[in-house]
Amino acid sequence: MPDAKNAFVKFSDIQKTYDGETLVVKNLNLEIPRGEFLTMLGPSGSGKTTTLMMLAGFEVPTQGTILLEGRSIDNMPPHKRDIGMVFQNYALFPHMTVEENLVFPLKVRKLGKAEIEAKIKRVLDMVRLGAHGKRRPGQLSGGQQQRVALARALVFDPKLVLMDEPLGALDKQLREQMQLEIKHIHENLGVTVVYVTHDQGEALTMSDRIAVFNDGVVQQVAAPAELYERPQNAFVAQFVGENNQLRGKVAAMNGETCKVEIPGAADVQALAVNVEVVGRPTVLSLRPERVKLNPAPGSFPNVFSARVAEVIYLGDHVRVRASVCGHDDFVIKLPNSEGIVQLESGTVITIGWKTEDCRALDAS
Amino acid sequence: MATMTVQIAGSPDGMPLRIKLQQVERWRKLKAFTLVLPLLLFILVAFVLPIGRMMFNAIHDETLLTLMPQTSAALSVWDGKDLPDERVYAALAKDLKQAWAQKITGMIAKRINYELPGAGGQVTSSARKAITLSAGPYKAALIEISPLWGQRDVWSLLKRGHSAYTAYYLLRSVDYQYGPESQIVASPPESAFFRNVFLRTLGISISVTAATLLLGFPVAYLLATLPPKTSNLLMIMIVLPFWTSLLVRTTAWVVLLQDHGIVNDVLMALHVTSQPVELIFNRVGTMVAMTHIQLPFTLLPIYSVMKTIPTTHVRAARSLGAGPFYAFWKVYFPQTLPGVAAGCLLTFILCLGYYVTPELVGGATDQMVGHFVALYTNEDLNWGMASALGAILLTATLLLYYVFNKLVGVDRLKMG
Repeated sequence: MPDAKNAFVKFSDIQKTYDGETLVVKNLNLEIPRGEFLTMLGPSGSGKTTTLMMLAGFEVPTQGTILLEGRSIDNMPPHKRDIGMVFQNYALFPHMTVEENLVFPLKVRKLGKAEIEAKIKRVLDMVRLGAHGKRRPGQLSGGQQQRVALARALVFDPKLVLMDEPLGALDKQLREQMQLEIKHIHENLGVTVVYVTHDQGEALTMSDRIAVFNDGVVQQVAAPAELYERPQNAFVAQFVGENNQLRGKVAAMNGETCKVEIPGAADVQALAVNVEVVGRPTVLSLRPERVKLNPAPGSFPNVFSARVAEVIYLGDHVRVRASVCGHDDFVIKLPNSEGIVQLESGTVITIGWKTEDCRALDAS
Repeated sequence: MATMTVQIAGSPDGMPLRIKLQQVERWRKLKAFTLVLPLLLFILVAFVLPIGRMMFNAIHDETLLTLMPQTSAALSVWDGKDLPDERVYAALAKDLKQAWAQKITGMIAKRINYELPGAGGQVTSSARKAITLSAGPYKAALIEISPLWGQRDVWSLLKRGHSAYTAYYLLRSVDYQYGPESQIVASPPESAFFRNVFLRTLGISISVTAATLLLGFPVAYLLATLPPKTSNLLMIMIVLPFWTSLLVRTTAWVVLLQDHGIVNDVLMALHVTSQPVELIFNRVGTMVAMTHIQLPFTLLPIYSVMKTIPTTHVRAARSLGAGPFYAFWKVYFPQTLPGVAAGCLLTFILCLGYYVTPELVGGATDQMVGHFVALYTNEDLNWGMASALGAILLTATLLLYYVFNKLVGVDRLKMG
């Protein structure tokens, strides 16, 4: 965690309510170091966009303070914050050409003509739209509009750039291409980016760190690999990446590990992440790709038999839905590297997994 | 490739696809036309034809041609320099006698009176006396009966009457008329007021349009930005005037604005003024009442355009460094222009045709073109003038619309 002194953006005890009854953001504390690409990830209504809007200055926190470079920005109007913003539907000004859109923030700042021209050219080249300066936004494709919005948020060299689900309206292929483009622009410029999305794949691809929001609370803040490998609670495990959940009760604590009793099935050895007390219910989280088919006897502490319910061929891998320990929706992902696995529904197979891949989490 | 060509060239039954498509399209168009047909017929019969016929009256008048056929025919060879010869006077005497017998002298007198004020009476008396003339020479006898027949201008008028078409009404509508030698001259000052009326109509329409825009724009903005619950209530208040009759609304202003009406009573009670301010039966009353009536027409198109402008646009402008006013002026306002243009055009064109409101709350100098059209139609029964004024107003409106279209582009308008 970055320490408080050099935090570039700091949310301190932020609460936000619109109706005075329910909190949209509950007690948010978050620090973002300079130059970081932080993604706020969460389902809709989780408070991530509200948090972004408070940072941009369009919403006022009901309680708490936001610090930018160590100074409170609570009473600073949006146009004085010097924060670039990319909106969900781009919010390009339809009555202006691409260039006029880009000139807008520079004209407001009363820059000289030569300087404006240089900046426009640089930013248009950066987003590879050099030839489209005279067009209006309506004449551009979705991807091009997205690039203009990005260029407009960057052209005045803001300290901080906020992006509110900027790729939501693009098709899958373009979205993936833009993810990399934005990531590269961030790496080249070194600007601090706060990115909001509900797409976990997008968050994993682009971010330095991800803050997972749910129900107005930050569930976990971590680097993508950390978040995927070591989710701290059942929500994060379930929201980020695919995940098998087995419900059971803690039977025994054993230091770092624990034994979990699954009703109607054998006990499972799991890593004790979020459980402390024997007898409490827990949810076991297990990534589908960590499940091995036909393990050598004795190589895994957890070996179970499974009845195949469905086999889906996906090219690079095969997904097998099976019934394991009384859970019908257990998914196994088998890579297609060793030839197509011949399985049929109804077959009974043997599967196994490691103790450390199976995380015992809270039973929310 | 071979199969492709076959598919394009013909369908299984050997008919080219293009013709098949045309058949389908024709059927579809026919169905669409059938849906429109009743309204089209209604508009044609109840609107286009009557208006066309009325417009025709502005240039078509065969009173003299049909009621004084012999004089008209005899005058066709008159050179217009001196008084006509005996043959023409004989024809005139015949026509006058006939007119008197058929009791249509009044119509002839009225028509002549339009162009030669005061001559109508002489025509009637000439006709009454002409029945006593049994034989010629008629020229001296008729001039003896009335000096009118010794003037060249009446003969010019009668010669113009040989044609069923006349520009007189249109000329009169813009303060011109025919001189004694059928040349076009300016109308004398006492009857030259139509140009003023047109300018007044234009002025009042522009002022009312500007007033509705100034009053309506902020309200439209509020409507478009308020949460639905509040904005629905506000919307009801705005369209409420639509639910009351125009007459009721207008007379309500009379009650409010008259000398001892509510407004004046309040002003005097507050000692703002010691005696009643004249608020009605003048330009103030006309403007107030018209602005009130026209407000929703300007406001609603603006509102409907504002509804479509995403809130993120102003937010984006703010985040880019623009202050609240700059963001509004440079980003929000330009996007409302299609609505502003549509609303103003609607109000302006409707204002041009106002009649009832200025009649009820305006003074003598606040009457617009509509008043004179009504006057000529209902009281003077001079349909030629009514048609000419209407035609000029319609042409001016279409012309303004054309210019507006060139400047703004009607396809960019959003009416709702």
